[in-house]
Amino acid sequence: MTNTGGDNRARLITLYGTMCRIRAFEETALAAHKAGEIPGPLHVSIGQEAVAAGVCGNLRRDDRITSNHRGHGHALAKGAGVSGMMEELFGRAGGHCRGKGGSMHIADFSVGMLGANGVVAGGIPIAVGAAQGIKLLGADSIVACFFGDGAINRGPFLEGLNWAVLYRLPVLFVCEDNGVAAFTATASVTAGPGVAARAQSLGVPCTSVDGNDAAAVDEAAARLVAEIRGGSGPRLLHATTYRITGHTSSDPAAWRDPAAVAAAKEAEPIGRLRARLLAEGVPAAMLDGIQGEARAEMTHAREDALSAPWPDPAIAWEDVQDCGAVEAH
Amino acid sequence: MAQVTLVEAARLAALQEMRRDPTVWVLGEDVARGGLFGQYRGFLDEFGADRIVSTPISESMIMGGGLGAALVGTRPIIEMRIFDFVMCAMDELVNQVAKVRYMFGGQAKPAVVVRMPHGIWRNSAAQHSQTLESWFTHIPGVIVAVPATPADTAGLLVSAIRSDDPVLFFDPKNLFPLTGEVPAVIDPIPFGKARLARAGKDLTIVTWSAIVPQVEEAGAMLAERGIEAEILDLRTLWPWDEEAVAASLHRTGRLLVAHEAVTVGGFGGEVVARMVERLGPAAIKAVARVGQPRVPVPFAPPLEDALKPDTAKIVAAAEALMRR
Ligand SMILES: Cc1ncc(C[n+]2csc(CCOP(=O)(O)OP(=O)(O)O)c2C)c(N)n1
Repeated sequence: MTNTGGDNRARLITLYGTMCRIRAFEETALAAHKAGEIPGPLHVSIGQEAVAAGVCGNLRRDDRITSNHRGHGHALAKGAGVSGMMEELFGRAGGHCRGKGGSMHIADFSVGMLGANGVVAGGIPIAVGAAQGIKLLGADSIVACFFGDGAINRGPFLEGLNWAVLYRLPVLFVCEDNGVAAFTATASVTAGPGVAARAQSLGVPCTSVDGNDAAAVDEAAARLVAEIRGGSGPRLLHATTYRITGHTSSDPAAWRDPAAVAAAKEAEPIGRLRARLLAEGVPAAMLDGIQGEARAEMTHAREDALSAPWPDPAIAWEDVQDCGAVEAH
Repeated sequence: MAQVTLVEAARLAALQEMRRDPTVWVLGEDVARGGLFGQYRGFLDEFGADRIVSTPISESMIMGGGLGAALVGTRPIIEMRIFDFVMCAMDELVNQVAKVRYMFGGQAKPAVVVRMPHGIWRNSAAQHSQTLESWFTHIPGVIVAVPATPADTAGLLVSAIRSDDPVLFFDPKNLFPLTGEVPAVIDPIPFGKARLARAGKDLTIVTWSAIVPQVEEAGAMLAERGIEAEILDLRTLWPWDEEAVAASLHRTGRLLVAHEAVTVGGFGGEVVARMVERLGPAAIKAVARVGQPRVPVPFAPPLEDALKPDTAKIVAAAEALMRR
């Protein structure tokens, strides 16, 4: 699908807005974490926003996604409520998970976000099974499954792709390839030519895309989602990108080659799309406005979260199980 | 009431529930051909390949896929073929199935049944004979069912399929040929209610799953020797019927726990500890446990027999308990 003219421009502006919101959310969260307002670790996806925005922009509300440990962007792009997300990071009662999950377990089932996952590749079988359930129920929604390049060396990656092909399931696998798995260059621990070849060997057609080019991700995702919804069976989108920040909020990423980081900052997706839009004649003031609004929204969410009530300790005993639940003493 | 085998009782229960609810389906290796034990015989003809899904040997996918399908509103029966293979799906079971509801603040409904035929059976040796049910009682978020009769298997399986909680269902594979009555309409049996297998005043024997028939046999032999054992088959280990055990122990003062699992770290230890907490040490005259020694299950029949808890060992333990 190639968009032309004004429609396309509106689409790109929407993408720009989504990416700005993700960036602003994570920068705000990092600042809050630094200020001691957010407990526990944060895995941010600064520099990778185009993948979340480009894929989720092509999904319907009744489509589902599963995510990994670096899932803020996926959740936001899928439409998860911001205050519920920010409060969850802060561990407050109004968080999507009532303060029981935190950053690594963000979920908003009301928009089809079936959960981030603290286990690498943990979301893959869940996504594939969700697609099987959807098919059994006769619905036409699809599932997008986000994972990092590090996940392709775990068994569930093989099991999930094989299975999705066998039952011709409506799954879009999205490998967000930032070249590193935590602190290790993925290539140094991965045999063979990588994710695309692995997918193709199982009969999953793979599209590789510059994951820092939001428009390219959007275009590829639009085509793949249409194919999948049309009954093609699974597809894999391999999006190469770069994680500008460290592995977690406590990793200053001093171990990285400064030249590579500098180059990555040049190639980061928000600046790139901004440059394109400016070149196409979109006024800078408009783009500044979008960015400013995103920042204001997230600053506001931070302030609200900070003053939001903590969960009553009694709720620690809730949501365990219906039968055989333990009473608070 | 029909007289059927335990495995047939399980088949009838699943059949009834799949006829009742079109969102119930089965996934696992070789299930479309009827399952390893015939527990799904005839399902393919009636329900078709979308609801009785023979899968690849992909335990992570079988477990994790079942969970994903539950999260969109279906009710999968996840068949692990033989219990021991669930070890290949431990992340999906422990980190995912058991966690999603809590971790996501109640948004998720992991309504799955995980069927795991367990225990010593036909000299299958160390990797096909384990009874590790106590591990799973340690995991918040799941129900642990350990039936031992055809009627209990059927009724608990119906409850399991209707439950919104994930249910770990340990089919006792050595008892599959055991016959018993099962009603034409199988009603759910609530979790956490023990079955009184024998009434008695001298000691309380708490048991479950594979070993229950031997315990009942031991009860009869003890009666011939003038010892009246009260036998409680727990049927589920989480939740478990503390009330029934406490009430019985309050009367008898002597507690024997018998399970096929290794004694060390077995759920028997939890039963004893809870009773001491509830009733106080003074109320309990003597306690003993019968289970396997802490040795992997061997292959050769004389070796397997040497380690396996049996009627004679249960009788001996009960008699020793009465002398204390
Ligand atoms: C099964 C498992 N092993 C190890 C970890 C610890 N861990 C968390 S993130 C991560 C790196 C994952 O790499 P990738 O999926 O490529 O994502 P990235 O963090 O690079 O964005 C590791 C090893 C984990 N969470 N789960």
